[in-house]
Amino acid sequence: MTSVLQKNVETPEHPDNLERSAELRREAKRKSLIKAAVFHVFVLAVAAVILYPALWMLMSSLKPSSEIVGNISLIPDNASFDNFVKALSGIGGVSFWTFFGNSLFLAVMSVVGVILSATITAYAFARIEFPGRKVWFSMMIATLLLPFHVVIIPQYIMFNELGLVNTFVPLLIGKFLAAEAFFVFLMVQFMRNLPRELDEAARIDGAGHVRIFRSIMLPLMKPPVMTASIFAFIWSWNDFFGPLLYLKKPDLFSLPVALRIYVDQTSVSDYGAQMAMAVLALVPVLLFFVIFQRFIVEGVSTQGLKG
Amino acid sequence: MTTVSLTAEATGNRTAPPTKGSQARRSRKAAETRAGYAFLTPWLLGFLLLTAGPMIASLYLAFTNYNLFSAPEWIGFDNFTRMFSDPQYIQSVKVTGLYVLIGTPIKLIAALAVAMLLNSKRRGQGAYRSIFYAPSLIGASVSIAIVWKAMFIDDGVVDQIGQVFGRDAGGWVGNPSMTMPMMILLTVWQFGAPMVIFLAGLKQVPNELYEAAEMDGAGPVRKFLRITLPMLSPVLFFNLLLETIHSFQIFGSAFIISGGTGGPAGSTLFYTLYLYRRGFVDFQMGYAAAMAWVLVLAVGIITFIFFKTSKSWVHYSGETK
Repeated sequence: MTSVLQKNVETPEHPDNLERSAELRREAKRKSLIKAAVFHVFVLAVAAVILYPALWMLMSSLKPSSEIVGNISLIPDNASFDNFVKALSGIGGVSFWTFFGNSLFLAVMSVVGVILSATITAYAFARIEFPGRKVWFSMMIATLLLPFHVVIIPQYIMFNELGLVNTFVPLLIGKFLAAEAFFVFLMVQFMRNLPRELDEAARIDGAGHVRIFRSIMLPLMKPPVMTASIFAFIWSWNDFFGPLLYLKKPDLFSLPVALRIYVDQTSVSDYGAQMAMAVLALVPVLLFFVIFQRFIVEGVSTQGLKG
Repeated sequence: MTTVSLTAEATGNRTAPPTKGSQARRSRKAAETRAGYAFLTPWLLGFLLLTAGPMIASLYLAFTNYNLFSAPEWIGFDNFTRMFSDPQYIQSVKVTGLYVLIGTPIKLIAALAVAMLLNSKRRGQGAYRSIFYAPSLIGASVSIAIVWKAMFIDDGVVDQIGQVFGRDAGGWVGNPSMTMPMMILLTVWQFGAPMVIFLAGLKQVPNELYEAAEMDGAGPVRKFLRITLPMLSPVLFFNLLLETIHSFQIFGSAFIISGGTGGPAGSTLFYTLYLYRRGFVDFQMGYAAAMAWVLVLAVGIITFIFFKTSKSWVHYSGETK
């Protein structure tokens, strides 16, 4: 490419060269077009493979159970919503909407808890200078890589002793106490980059930390609050381990736990209803994704979030 | 802070006995400390009650026999020595090790390959990026585990595709030698999260470097080895550490696919699944706590090794050696 251009520059006035360079240019353009086409075909093929399982799930939910296993084709022969009707009727006398409501409650409260506690904690770490801050901060960072399995056994014993098994408390209390270091870290990073002059000016005007936090910091925190909200919601929605441990009564089940019971009960036969329920359980996550996808992808690339 | 101390210094004299200025400074400091701890209270409570306290408790439990119903009984290192003669434990270590060792590199290679593909300036990159990221968001859900199971079952979709290529695996879910490839495919499918992080890293590589290398006649392989990889090493390090630690903790999909048993023949008995079974099915809380501590130790050692060796292969720009 570069050598072609250089040749043009050398002797552009010669008519032979002019003709030749125009031809070369046309050639180069055609080549880049072919390259682009190859690129898109290739990437689309990869995308098709990646999307296949999700599409297969969606399409299978419209097929009768007998048509699902071993059916590679995405298009159902006779599409119907029978599976969804069955899935919505619930499990063991508990309506699907009860599970849905439980999951929704847990996810929304998780968002509220995470945002409240993580912003307050981050403000202390990023904007107030006090003895011990560095020590606490490094402890908070250390918990980032700590496998949570080391705390679940004593936590379970504790919540069991307190009679809090079969309540939502064990699943939510950590969110309100900023136990997920990741969210705190995300907000500290953001807050540190906000100009110091903001709070200094407010301080000269006599504002205390509560006011600075509420009136100056919080309004500026929209980007990390948004990112944290999306992920707190989706992670809570998809969480399986916590609800599996703490929720044993069917009317308290979150969707993932209900789904698991459903699969155990209908294991051999009813793939159709399983697929329909799996689809329904993913609807909020997929909606979030469609609405916030740019935000999510950008959040991941700047903060190194996990899926 | 700086403004306050500046005014304090301007009014007060350093060598003079306590003046109004330094008194104000001290009370200001005390107020800052109070405010700091007031704002930190929720996290401190959570840290002490949900992390530090339980960690100490689980360290104690690791040396006991405890079934949740009678008092813990001190047994010293028995839980730890028992692990070595527990075939299921050894199986869980093998399964998890294999999964981490094979799954993580493949996932990262896929992530890097697609990231490089999507790094060129072409139309539709944003849409592609979103599509490839989507599995990372839903991959750990029970829904996808169910789909995976249905796709890999005997005569399932994957089996039928295999038959086209003359390879009848007879269903991956029920075949102990095929469950690991199936689980690895599930994690590789979620390459989108590290891919997006790689993409962010690739954007930071200055184009001049490639242009200079081209002038020197470097081919694509050399450009990749000499420019892309070194410039990307901090991101690669970050992804490698995160994905490795993340892989160690796989639970939900293995639980759903094996119906909570870790079968067939223990082939999906991942470490955390076995820990769950010991602790919350068999109520051997002491043994499970000991297992959890071994996991913490393993993750700690791996993190330490990563950080130690990183000095030789991770290059931070602007760093002089």
